Amino acid sequence: MAAMQANGGGAAKNNMFVDSLKDSATAAFLVAVLGFFFLPLKTDIASGGLAITYRWPLWISAILIVFGGRLLLNLFVFKAKTPATQIIGDKLAGSSARLPGLGRYLGIALFGFAVILPFFFTTFFPGQQRQYIDLAILIMTYIMLGWGLNIVVGLAGLLDLGYVAFYAVGAYSFALLAEYFDLGFWMALPLAGILAAFWGIILGFPVLRLRGDYLAIVTLAFGEIIRVVLLNWYEFTNGPDGISGIPKPTLFGLEFTRGEGGFADFFGLEYSTIHRFIFLYYIIFILALITNFVTMRLRKLPVGRAWEALREDEIACRSLGINTTNTKLTAFAIGAMFGGFAGSFFATRQGFISPESFTFLESAIILAIVVLGGLGSQIGVVIASVVMIGGIEMLRNIGFLSQIFGPDFDPVQYRMLIFGLAMVGIMVWKPRGLITTRVPSAVLKERKKIGADMVAQGEGH
Amino acid sequence: MNAALKQPSASINDRWDADPILTVEHLTMRFGGLVAIDDLSFKVGRGDITALIGPNGAGKTTVFNCVTGFYKPTEGRIVMRHGLGGQQEAVDTVTASGRRWHISDDHSVFLLERMPDFEISKKARVARTFQNIRLFGGMTVLENLLVAQHNPLMIASGMTIGGVLGLPSYRKAEQEAIDKAVYWLEHTHLIDRADDAAGDLPYGAQRRLEIARAMCTGPHLLCLDEPAAGLNPRESTELNELLQFIRETGTSVLLIEHDMGVVMEISDHIVVLDYGVKISDGGADFVKRDPRVIAAYLGVDDEEEIDVPEIKADVEEIEKPARKPRKAPARAKAAAKPAAKSAPARSAAKSTPAKKTAAKKATAPKKPASEIKIKDADKHPGAQPAGTRKPAAGGADNLTRISGIGPANEKKLNALGIWHFSQIAAWKKAEVEWVGSYLSFAGRIEREEWVKQAKALASGKQTEFSRRVDGGKVPSSRTSSRRTSGKGGKA
Repeated sequence: MAAMQANGGGAAKNNMFVDSLKDSATAAFLVAVLGFFFLPLKTDIASGGLAITYRWPLWISAILIVFGGRLLLNLFVFKAKTPATQIIGDKLAGSSARLPGLGRYLGIALFGFAVILPFFFTTFFPGQQRQYIDLAILIMTYIMLGWGLNIVVGLAGLLDLGYVAFYAVGAYSFALLAEYFDLGFWMALPLAGILAAFWGIILGFPVLRLRGDYLAIVTLAFGEIIRVVLLNWYEFTNGPDGISGIPKPTLFGLEFTRGEGGFADFFGLEYSTIHRFIFLYYIIFILALITNFVTMRLRKLPVGRAWEALREDEIACRSLGINTTNTKLTAFAIGAMFGGFAGSFFATRQGFISPESFTFLESAIILAIVVLGGLGSQIGVVIASVVMIGGIEMLRNIGFLSQIFGPDFDPVQYRMLIFGLAMVGIMVWKPRGLITTRVPSAVLKERKKIGADMVAQGEGH
Repeated sequence: MNAALKQPSASINDRWDADPILTVEHLTMRFGGLVAIDDLSFKVGRGDITALIGPNGAGKTTVFNCVTGFYKPTEGRIVMRHGLGGQQEAVDTVTASGRRWHISDDHSVFLLERMPDFEISKKARVARTFQNIRLFGGMTVLENLLVAQHNPLMIASGMTIGGVLGLPSYRKAEQEAIDKAVYWLEHTHLIDRADDAAGDLPYGAQRRLEIARAMCTGPHLLCLDEPAAGLNPRESTELNELLQFIRETGTSVLLIEHDMGVVMEISDHIVVLDYGVKISDGGADFVKRDPRVIAAYLGVDDEEEIDVPEIKADVEEIEKPARKPRKAPARAKAAAKPAAKSAPARSAAKSTPAKKTAAKKATAPKKPASEIKIKDADKHPGAQPAGTRKPAAGGADNLTRISGIGPANEKKLNALGIWHFSQIAAWKKAEVEWVGSYLSFAGRIEREEWVKQAKALASGKQTEFSRRVDGGKVPSSRTSSRRTSGKGGKA
C-alpha cells in the first residue's frame, strides 16, 4: 500500500515536470516561429539596396529565455502540486548522503588536477596558457585566504569582516621590508606572517568581549582603519601611489630573467615568461597546501577542538577550564598569519601594491567564499573559490551575451549581482553552505558525519 | 555514609566540619539592590554528597555560580582545599597575602572568589554542570569528553607546536585521553553512542554526558545543578547510582536538586536555603524534621514567594529594629566557629520571622500599637491607621477574605497592627492613601473597595469573594497546605 502510494506520488511528480517541459517547449516553439522574421534576420540599408544581417545567437537566446522562463514559471508560480524548489532542494540535500565518498574523491581529483594544472594548460591551451595560469594563481590565492578565514569564522565561530586587513599587513610588510631592508621574498614571507599574526592579536584583544553583530562591526572597522592608515601615512607607505618594484621570488637564488644566471639558462631551457608564472603558481599552491595541512592538523589537536567548542558554547568551555581568551586569540592570530602569507605572495606576484587592493569588497568576497562553501568545510572553500573567482573571470569570455545586451555589456560589471543571486540561491537550497556536514575530529568506532542542523554557527551568524 | 542512619543533629563533630573540601564563608551576592545571597556560610565535606536545596529563587544557582567563578561574589570567602584537613593556617596566609592560591604537593588551598572561572576548573579542580544542559551539540560524544581534557592534552601537544609536527608523545596522550573518555562513557552507559552528535542524544543521556564531561576534567569537587531535572524515575535511579559511584572514586559532590527522592536518598549533608539565607544545615533526617524547612517548603504560598523579598525586608525592619549589625568581613573571622550552625534554632528564628507571623500569630508585634513605627512612614501620603498590639481575643480575622489582600499583604497589614476587619472598615481616605502607598498599591484599595468589603465582613456578612475563599477555591493564609506536590512532596 505504502509502496503504491509512493509510486503514485513519484508519478505525479514526473507528470508535473513533464507537463511543464511540454508547455515550455510549446512556448519556445511559438517564439521561434513568431520571432523568426524579427530577430535573426535584419535588413540594413547597404549600397545598392538592402542587405540582410543574420543574428542567430539573438534568436536562439530569445528562444532559450522563453523556454527557461516559462519552465520556471510553470514550476514555481503556476505550480500544480509539488513545488519544484522542494524537489531540487531534496536532491541537493540528499546528494552528499547518497555519495558518501564524494567529498573525498572530489578532493583527490581536484588535488591531482591542481598538481598538473600548469602543464595541462601549456599542453592543451598553448595560446592562452598565461591567462589561465594567472587565473589559477588568483583562484589559489582566494582558496588560501578562504582557508585562513575559515579558521576564524568556520571553526572558532568569530565573524570577521575585516580579514583583508591581514592580507594588507602581509603585503605591505613584504613590500616595506623589501624597500627599506632589501629583503627577498623568502626572507620576508615568515616575517610578514608573524607581523600579520601580531596584528591579529592586536585586533583580538579589544573584541574579546564582543559577540555577534558587535564583533562583526569592530572587525569591519579594523579592516578600514588599516586601509586608511596605509592610504594616509604617505612618508612611510607612499600612500595612494602605492609601492612598486617589489622583488620577484627566486628559486634558490635563481631569478626568472632572460640571459646569464637565470632559471632558463641554468637548466638549459629556452627562456619563456611562462616559467615565472608556473613558479608563482606552485608557490601559492604549496602555501595553500600548508594552510590546509595545518588547519586539518589543528582540528585534531586540543586547540582546534577548543575552537569548535567555543563556537558551540563559550560558557561550557570556561566551565571545563579552557582559557577562552587565549583560544580566541590563537584563532585570530593563526587565521591572520595565513592571511599575511597570502598578502606577501600577492605583493610579489603583482610587483605593485596600493591600498586600492584592500577594500572591504575583498573581505566580503573572502567571507562569501567561506559562507558559500560551508562554514568549517575545507573542500567547500575550494569549490566556492573556483565558482566565485573562476566563474566571474569566465564571464569575460562569453561573447554572445554582448550580442544580446549590446556591445557595451560587460558581464564583470554584474558580478555583485551574481554574488547576490548565488547567495540567495544558497540561502534557499543550502542555507548552511555547499558542504554542510561536519566530520568529527576523533573517532572511537565508526566515523559518522554530523548534520549541519546540529552544528552551531557561532557568534554573529 | 547512609544518610538515614545519621543522627538528627547539627553538632560540630560532623565530617564536613572536620574535613571540609570547600568552605563558603559569609558569602553575599547583590545584584543592584537585590540581595540574592545574604551572609551565607556552609561547608562541604570531603567525600560527601552535599545537597543544596530550597524553594525556587532561593539563590542556589547563584551560590553555584559564585563557587565556580561565573559570578564574582560581593562579599565573602570561598576556599577549596586539596589534601586533608581544614588547613586553616595556609588559608589565612593566602588570604592575607593577596594571592589566589597556595599549591604544594599534598596540601593546596584555593580562594575561589579571586580566581577566574576557567582557572577554577583548571587549578582548583571544581567541575560543574548546568541547569539547562550546555553540551557541544555539533560535536560527537567522544569529542565532548576530549574537549574536557583540553588542559592536559594542550601540554602533551607542546602547546600545539609538537602536535602540528606530529610528535608521537601527543598520540600517546590522545590515546590516554580517549581511554579516560571511554571509561566514563561506560559508566554513564553512553559507550554505544560515542560517535553520535551530542545534540542527537535523548535528554536523559545528555544529562549523563554532561556529568561524564565534567568528570573528564578530573575534578576534586563536582557541582551538579539539578541533575535529575526532567529525568524519569528509572533515570533518576541510575543517576543516584552514578553519583554514588562518583563519590566512591574520591570526588566530592555538591548538588542542587528539587527531586527530594534523590536528595534524601543519597545526600550525606543537606544545606537548605530560602531567600538567600541558610535556614537549615545537617543530615537528611535532621533537615527533614526541621520545622523551618517544612515551613519553607509547605507553609508558604506561591504568591508570597513572588513578592516576598522586599516585604520580608520591610517586615524584618519592623519586627527587629535591634537586629544585629552585619558581621565583620569574612576574613576577619574566618576561624570562628560557624555560629549559625551551632545554634540553628536561633539563626532560623532570625531569618524567617515573616513565615512564622503568617502561619500563626506567635510573634505578634510586642510593642504598643501607637508605637508601631514603619520605615519611611512619613513618605506615604495620608495618615498611618491605628494598630493594636495583638489580635483581640478570638484571634485575628482572615484578612485574605477581602478580595485584593493576599497572604503577603495580610502579613504586611499584620505588621502594622491591623488584625481585624473592623480596623480596615474604619479607614478614612487618609488611611487608605497611606496604606496604598505602604503596600505599593496606590489606587487599588479604592478600586477593590477593601473598606466596603471589610465593613460587610466585620458585620458577619459574606461577600462573593469570601465565599470563594471559605470554599477553598482561592488560596489564602488559612488554607496554605494546598500546594503542588512537586517540590515538597516527600519532605
